[in-house]
Amino acid sequence: MNLAIDIALWAIVVTLGVTLFLRDQPSFSDSLQFARREFLALLPRIAIGMIGSGFIAETLPSELIPSLLGPETGATGLLLGSVAGALTPGGPVVGFAIATAALKSGAGAPQVIAYSIAWALFALPRVLIYEIPSMPARVVWLRVAVSLPLPFLAAWAAMMTGRP
Amino acid sequence: MTPARRPRRAFDWSAAVVATLAIGSAIFVFFRDGQARFLAILTDDVWLFGSMLPKVLAGCLIGAFITLLLPRETIAKWVGADSGIWGILVATVAGAILPGGPMTIYPVAGAFLAAGADAGAACAFVISWTLIGYTRAIVWELPFFGLDFVVWRVLFSLPLPILAGLAARAAWRLMKPKVIA
Repeated sequence: MNLAIDIALWAIVVTLGVTLFLRDQPSFSDSLQFARREFLALLPRIAIGMIGSGFIAETLPSELIPSLLGPETGATGLLLGSVAGALTPGGPVVGFAIATAALKSGAGAPQVIAYSIAWALFALPRVLIYEIPSMPARVVWLRVAVSLPLPFLAAWAAMMTGRP
Repeated sequence: MTPARRPRRAFDWSAAVVATLAIGSAIFVFFRDGQARFLAILTDDVWLFGSMLPKVLAGCLIGAFITLLLPRETIAKWVGADSGIWGILVATVAGAILPGGPMTIYPVAGAFLAAGADAGAACAFVISWTLIGYTRAIVWELPFFGLDFVVWRVLFSLPLPILAGLAARAAWRLMKPKVIA
């Protein structure tokens, strides 16, 4: 699956690249230079984020989380879940791994939805490593601010419908 | 024409925060769990880092190509400040279908912003990728949660990028008297 995504991504790269090359050759080499600079600038940050995330995850008190997110915890559980999600570090699997552990040990589905959505939206290392350097900081903080209600909205929908 | 964007420093305060966290955690793990566990985690993470590199490079290339391929007027018309709810919808769909991880999506969002997209559309794009992007759901979420949970989680998330994008656009209008980055 990982390979399929790499293939899809590079198919897009080749399509766009060939189109640009045929349209305007000097622009094409400019854009290669630009992409190379971006890549080299991102590299050390991503190395820190990726290599560090495993260690950060290892130090988390992940066994505490399930008991805080039981189905009977209601709105408090949603709030706790969202805060815990925001504090869980980025890394591609950390939040999902903890959320699954929580579900298996009896956490409520809405609480886990709030947790995983908050983690996806707010995980601080991800915001700092990837988002801040790529977009103007004002837009990033605006993005974070308008995202604040989203874990609750999704969890509320789950509570109302009784799914999953 | 080169895409106009502020130069990016490889290491700044935000990277320093994460580096401090990571090094502190690594030292803690080394003394608590011993060298074997430390090396196991390190190997896993280095391997993960290596497997991400092609995605990072692809993200940078897509961002650079798109900036030059799509004329500024086109982007401004489709997802600019006056694009209405249609622009937010376009950004939401784009975020949901573009493959790749944070290393792909943020550079592309930055490129769109530099090329005339408005903040509301950029927020909808990023949030849409985060919550309903299919690659993320399939690769990372599905193996952990199973189909039922993921399908419902995504369904509940469908309206969220649109709501947040509209809120971001309204808030941006209020902030606008200051300079737009």
